[in-house]
Amino acid sequence: MSGALLLLADGRFPAGGHAHSGGVEVAVRAGLVKDADSLAAFLTGRLHTTGLTAAGLAAAAADGFDPTGLDEAADARTPSPALRATSRRLGRQLLRAARACWPDPVLDGLAAAHPGGAHQSVVLGLAARAAGLAPAEAALAAAHESVNGPATACTRLLGLDPYQVVAVLARLAPELDTVADAATRAAAEAVRRQDAWPLPAASAPLLDLFAERHSAWKVRLFAS
Amino acid sequence: MHRDHPTDEFGAPRATAPTELSGGRRRALRIGLGGPVGSGKTATVAALCRALRAELSLAVVTNDIYTTEDAEFLLRHAVLPPERITAVETGCCPHTAIRDDISANLEAVEELEASVGPLDLVLLESGGDNLTATFSRGLVDAQIFVIDVAGGDKIPRKGGPGVSGSDLLVVNKTDLAPLVGADLAVMARDAKAQRGELPTLFCSLAEPDGVAPIAGWVREQLARWRAH
Repeated sequence: MSGALLLLADGRFPAGGHAHSGGVEVAVRAGLVKDADSLAAFLTGRLHTTGLTAAGLAAAAADGFDPTGLDEAADARTPSPALRATSRRLGRQLLRAARACWPDPVLDGLAAAHPGGAHQSVVLGLAARAAGLAPAEAALAAAHESVNGPATACTRLLGLDPYQVVAVLARLAPELDTVADAATRAAAEAVRRQDAWPLPAASAPLLDLFAERHSAWKVRLFAS
Repeated sequence: MHRDHPTDEFGAPRATAPTELSGGRRRALRIGLGGPVGSGKTATVAALCRALRAELSLAVVTNDIYTTEDAEFLLRHAVLPPERITAVETGCCPHTAIRDDISANLEAVEELEASVGPLDLVLLESGGDNLTATFSRGLVDAQIFVIDVAGGDKIPRKGGPGVSGSDLLVVNKTDLAPLVGADLAVMARDAKAQRGELPTLFCSLAEPDGVAPIAGWVREQLARWRAH
């Protein structure tokens, strides 16, 4: 366990995540998430789809895979235009914080190469690498983030008992490790082949639809 | 704020935001406006835009709580062209977006500089919040805290970071004081006790040119900003 990992994965790390719900705002409005049990189901699904995919991209970035190729791989794994825009915006915000914490020419180069922002999971992996973290740790941070942000958003949206919500996250923790392991192995394979295809491409079509719907809402509490 | 002193009384740096753009040009002065819901922040921003737009290149960033209501108010009243107004969404936490995690607001300011710049002044309006909400020094160069007499004449006495530490305290809606039983003299005395030498302005934005004292203060800030 590393201090830098705790810092990077902390929900208070100033990288813009607090304003995003990861699709849970639409799920709440649709009545699909309404209590701790339905939240647990939502988070489990999110972890094993977009969480796994993000963890693979982050691990590959931390493992030295070419960032431009990874950014294209992230685009290919993000069909929703709204989610692409969100991911790039969050990537830019994360890069700002990461460059302040762990100055590194690779991060400067990423900012110069992607003025509109690189995908958040790719930035996360490179930030982890700049912080001296291993690919497995980058994957774990991505997996953690894929459930932690929406859980916090749900606490605010539904006024759920925070002890129930944190207990849901605690029960998911072993699955986070499993997802991070799978992502790290896939990333190592991608690096070995110098090809992105072994990276996880698990998708959640409903989250894509939710994101598109959410971006058209007039009144909303979260940016995505 | 005391721009001639690089640190505050605790030795902490006063301005942490980089003050130059990549081309070496000085960036726009950034002024934050915070305060409770309904005190007149959006009205102040609108009035400042009308008062200053002929002489300055302006842009506005709003931080609505759950809508784009404030940005739309500014658009509807055509205080600035739409491309000069950006709304930031804050995920139920307006104070987080201006203080703890300022990244979305910094992005908005920088995008405005890039798209409609060069700018002289960016006004950042916080979503209506509580008395403890203040702007990060990494985001703004100076901040105005707007309260109103109808919110109760005890607010200055209660203090809090916005009332006691803002660079300018505005007490709005003085025209309502007789109607709500607010004692302006008490508010002035309490504000003085909380704020020491920091300025407080009493105004009524409902009156013609009611924003003039605030606009004058903003011009002073800009003159100091440009002198350094």
